[in-house]
Amino acid sequence: MDIILGIRVSDATLIATSKAATRSISILKDDDDKTRELNKHNLIAFTGESGDTTQFAEYVQANIQLYSMRENDIELSPKATASFIRNQLATSIRSRKPYQVNCLIGGYDTKTGKPSLNWIDYLGTQVELPYGAHGYAAFYTTSLLDKHYREKMSIDDGLKLMDMCIDELNKRMPIDFKGVYIKVVDKDGIRLIK
Amino acid sequence: MSGYDSALSIFSPDGHVFQVEYASEAVKRGTCAVGVKGKETVVLGCEKRTTLKLQDPRITPSKICKVDHHILLAFAGLNADARILVDKARVEAQSHRLTLEDSVTVDYLTKYVAGVQQKYTQSGGVRPFGIATLIAGFDSNDNVPKLYQTEPSGVFNAWKAHAIGRSSKTVKEFLEKNYTDDLSEDETIKLTIKSLLEVVQTGAKNIEVSVMKPNSVIQTLTIDEIKKYVDEIEAEKEAEAEKKKPKN
Repeated sequence: MDIILGIRVSDATLIATSKAATRSISILKDDDDKTRELNKHNLIAFTGESGDTTQFAEYVQANIQLYSMRENDIELSPKATASFIRNQLATSIRSRKPYQVNCLIGGYDTKTGKPSLNWIDYLGTQVELPYGAHGYAAFYTTSLLDKHYREKMSIDDGLKLMDMCIDELNKRMPIDFKGVYIKVVDKDGIRLIK
Repeated sequence: MSGYDSALSIFSPDGHVFQVEYASEAVKRGTCAVGVKGKETVVLGCEKRTTLKLQDPRITPSKICKVDHHILLAFAGLNADARILVDKARVEAQSHRLTLEDSVTVDYLTKYVAGVQQKYTQSGGVRPFGIATLIAGFDSNDNVPKLYQTEPSGVFNAWKAHAIGRSSKTVKEFLEKNYTDDLSEDETIKLTIKSLLEVVQTGAKNIEVSVMKPNSVIQTLTIDEIKKYVDEIEAEKEAEAEKKKPKN
């Protein structure tokens, strides 16, 4: 099971995704990136049926890029981005073969200056959260995040909390997920921390 | 009426398709657009209609459109037709990225746009696009500027410098006389504005200019920046006239 985990701190959103690409009993790759940049301030992290995931993320990415081209370089806000993705998944679940994709949207709203984390699943459930995860990672990390998350955390505090979560996952998860990529979304855009 | 322009895909006995020629007429009535290639830049310039007193200039659409991060398109002719064609180009640019994981080349996009224009001269129930376009940009990981033109008939050409729209003949002649290879960025912008001034009498406020550089750098000049060039050009012209005056 893939790990995707997000924490919103006071002026950024942190996203961690596992590096292992697994198929049945084998790990195919240990440097897989389960994220796509939708625009300068919106990052999607995804998990689910492999194939569906990249197909869906890249489709969404193309549409959001197209929006910016049509609207004279105006960026879609994180809230609008999340609503668009939710709508796509909600339409998909009512089709003959729905996308089996769950995702997190880490975003920074340049208009209001606020970071956000949106949790969306394949059913079309969308919630804006201070922290969240999909899959087994949620079981292992929610209690840790409940205990240690504070309003007004700095990026460094957030990264420390993220490391605690990863340590916990390394300790308790029965399968190796080959470590994680951690990305930060803030006013300067999206960057890879490690 | 000769009867050879009632339907589109009909030739006249001497080999003309009249509707396509009428579309080119619409282009000639459209405001002028100029494109000039420099050594590592390509500049697009347009004549801009004056906004009416009560019009909101903020939402008046520009005649230079961004198709993708690395490609600009300027047009002359019917604005409404251009919106449709530009949108088709934008969708194709994203679709290309999605299927091939690579951005479109300027060459490919030009062929696509010209292809769409051609289709509208040979299908039933449609009329041709009343626009000519200048497509400018850089291919990814490339420093070579590209400049193409497309016509309503679907013909496309590559140019070092070109003009379309009203009085484009005057501008083309001016460019032929004044163009040199390997222009610097500053010289390219200046030549673009200078050529536009041949047909735009009202100066900076009726000109818009976009500059493209490698790696998707697009810069739209502000009125003040354009004015600086216009003033510079006018000063040069005056000095020239002064020289020519017979000395008493």
